[in-house]
Amino acid sequence: MKRKLGLIINPIAGMGGRVGLKGTDGPEALKRAIELGAQPWAEDRTREALRKLSHLRDEIELVTYPGSMGENAAISCGFSPIVIGELRGERTTAEDTKRAAREMRDLDVDLLLFAGGDGTARDICDAIGQDLVVLGIPAGVKVYSAVFAINPLYAGELAALYLKGRVSEIIEAEVLDIDEEAFRKGKLSIKLYGYLRIPVKREYISGAKSPTPISEKYNQEEIAIDIIEQMSDEYYYIIGPGTTTKTIMKKLNLDYNPLGVDIIHNRKLIGKDLNEKQILEIINNKKAKIIVTPIGGQGYVFGRGNQQISPTIIRYVGRTNIIIVATRRKLNSLHGRPLLVDTGDEELDEQLKGYYKIITGYHERIVYRISR
Amino acid sequence: MMKGGKIKIRDFHEAKWDEPIIFELSRKGERGILVPEVEKEIEEAVGDGISVLPEHMIRKEYPALPEIAQVRVLRHFLRLSQETLGATINIDIGQGTCTMKYNPIINEILAKSPEVTEIHPLQDEDTVQGALEIIYKLDLFLREISGFSKFTFQPGGGSHAIFTIISIIEAYHRLNGEGEKRNEIITTLLSHPSNAAAPAVKGYKVINLYPEEDGRPDIEALKEAVSEHTAGFIVTNPEDTGIFNPRIKEFTDIVHEVGGICAYDQANANGIIGIVRAVDCGFDLGFFNLHKTFSSPHGCGGPAVGAVGVTERLKDFLPVPTVEFDGKKYYLNYDIPHSIGKVREFYGVFPVILRAYAWIRSLGAEGIKEVARVAVLNNNYVMRKILEEVKGASISFPKTRHRLEQVRYSFEKLKKDTGVTSEDVIRRMADFGFHLWTSHHPWIIPEPFTIEPTESYSKDDLDEYLTTLKKVVEEAYRDPEKVKNAPYNCPIHNIDHEPLEDPDKWAITWRAYLKKHKKWE
Repeated sequence: MKRKLGLIINPIAGMGGRVGLKGTDGPEALKRAIELGAQPWAEDRTREALRKLSHLRDEIELVTYPGSMGENAAISCGFSPIVIGELRGERTTAEDTKRAAREMRDLDVDLLLFAGGDGTARDICDAIGQDLVVLGIPAGVKVYSAVFAINPLYAGELAALYLKGRVSEIIEAEVLDIDEEAFRKGKLSIKLYGYLRIPVKREYISGAKSPTPISEKYNQEEIAIDIIEQMSDEYYYIIGPGTTTKTIMKKLNLDYNPLGVDIIHNRKLIGKDLNEKQILEIINNKKAKIIVTPIGGQGYVFGRGNQQISPTIIRYVGRTNIIIVATRRKLNSLHGRPLLVDTGDEELDEQLKGYYKIITGYHERIVYRISR
Repeated sequence: MMKGGKIKIRDFHEAKWDEPIIFELSRKGERGILVPEVEKEIEEAVGDGISVLPEHMIRKEYPALPEIAQVRVLRHFLRLSQETLGATINIDIGQGTCTMKYNPIINEILAKSPEVTEIHPLQDEDTVQGALEIIYKLDLFLREISGFSKFTFQPGGGSHAIFTIISIIEAYHRLNGEGEKRNEIITTLLSHPSNAAAPAVKGYKVINLYPEEDGRPDIEALKEAVSEHTAGFIVTNPEDTGIFNPRIKEFTDIVHEVGGICAYDQANANGIIGIVRAVDCGFDLGFFNLHKTFSSPHGCGGPAVGAVGVTERLKDFLPVPTVEFDGKKYYLNYDIPHSIGKVREFYGVFPVILRAYAWIRSLGAEGIKEVARVAVLNNNYVMRKILEEVKGASISFPKTRHRLEQVRYSFEKLKKDTGVTSEDVIRRMADFGFHLWTSHHPWIIPEPFTIEPTESYSKDDLDEYLTTLKKVVEEAYRDPEKVKNAPYNCPIHNIDHEPLEDPDKWAITWRAYLKKHKKWE
């Protein structure tokens, strides 16, 4: 049976970028973007990716939505797509993306390729959660989520490898929610929104001499085992969001909120999905440690997706009680750029600068720098 | 190839034999040698040869070895030999980090002489004085090169030598009552992966220092890493990037201040041999691979020697026996008070020791310095040519331009421009009879490839290699699919690496293969 590739383009994604609008979330912004002369480019980006898949034209079934949501791009790259669904307005909306994603899930596509930005990723996440393996073609103004390939070319190649059965590792990658209103005002407010399942292929290839790399999942487990081994009953452990930190909760068989901040003590859950105030109440007059992992592709340890762990909490806990964990893949993906902090408190950010022993595996540390 | 003073791209095609694995060639009952029956008189004198063994050590079943006649064994391995690219048949500068150099044939002849092949390690010392003298004198030469006080040749390879070093470090702290407390080993991320792996096997926590923008670790990072838990610091310098850390003495000083031991991985010493001494950098112990720098051929995990040297204060921890000289006679010394014991049987792989000895004798002190100088010159020539003439290629850590014996490069731009990866280029290079190698862990340099032109290659050789590399890259820009689908002239085509990442599929022995793939008939 032919493998099925789903394709969804958010045709308005990225239109705000070149006219300086920082995004097209919502009809008003889109209208403004068009007034400013914005041109659609998500389709161009998709074509770049599809060209890398064109040699599979006869071996796969491409399922897509009408017109600008995929059909046009597919045909122009020589595919004969199966077009499903219908567009309900002159301009596409988030609802179209969601409906398309759900219909593709019902058709059981092997891989859903979508072109857009963080907003599109959130729509897909809302619609189908982790039901399908997906991959993002970066075509938005904001592509902070970890579900996108580095560029359209890589997206096409990775999709081709996956469809040929040459990629077996699937990971849960972060979808981030950037407040576009705040972003336009020059503030970056990022929340961890959810996870999508994406295929991964090691970016950095190896020859025959290389040892076999450990998968992301095993890497997270060995980190968790290291942490659990060194846990002391003296401390309350504030566990920040992220799949790497939450593996600790899984290993301890504790309930947790994948996007929130939880606290454990004596290896038991004390509080789940806590806000700043609740955290402070729990750790008041007690010794505590913070366990965090960089969120998203930028390497932020504090201030992105974990704002609940506020400057007050960080000061109270103290620098030496901050434990940073990161998988090797995540740390390597920074290409040597320092980890970052943006707590909203400049003085604290300054104090947090310097070297930390990042836990990257069982009994394995990498000394790595935090900068501002 | 060079022909009439001009470089011509070689029209190459490797043999294809479609040869099965030797276990698959096995036929029940087939034999290479029919061992004669034991004669009655002999059996009466020595017994049946088996019943002297303890009951539990006697096999109940025959080992599952391939059953195959001599002539078929010979054909099998000769066919395989035609399907490889050995160091003596290609310009092997693309096998970076491996220090591929000419292995003088005269040294092979020496190693094959009956004086070498017909001696036994259990012979009485008096009957093997010549062999012991060679072992002892090689020790003296390596002391001169490194500044260390004593060497052992027991470890059978580089990683084994690192394991020996970590064992010595552990024994040292244990003797001082600090074995429990000192449970961390520091290394750099770009040091050889075994520098981290061996201590991990020993139960140590491993702390890696990450390279800064110039490719070197920051001294402030080391300060964050050291503590009363530091057992030791083991480092490769220069690392596989070819970047030397000139502040290494400050590093070893910082580790010494907290009571740690400093070890130097000089598996590949080709860029510094005769120029930099390990003791002057503050190291307490270290090792050389005789099968890299000292010209003995690589045995593909086979016979090799990782020669471990130590300073005076660690001499009492070396494996037993060491080879000593009392002014008249060479002898084996088992009286080493805090010895870590044996790490391998006997005294080291003697033919390897002999080749290294002969190589040093043939070069002399000045010749050895010249090895390093020419290796560095060759490498910097190749680097400059690649940067100037090979489109899409760059060097890792471009801020640091001065490199010693090798360089880790990147085809990141080539991949961005064309979609062709360094692995694709490697396969295409094989079509012209050349090796090119990516890199080992850690994969922090995108699309890596590593070239190490040792002292053995002439400018013509280097130019021939570079011309071919340039041709492949030009082809990648013109016709990427052609390069991506390579090789065309080799017996095995594009291999899928994915099963190598799947514990359910990979198999490093025939037994594991049968178990995992359930093909036992």
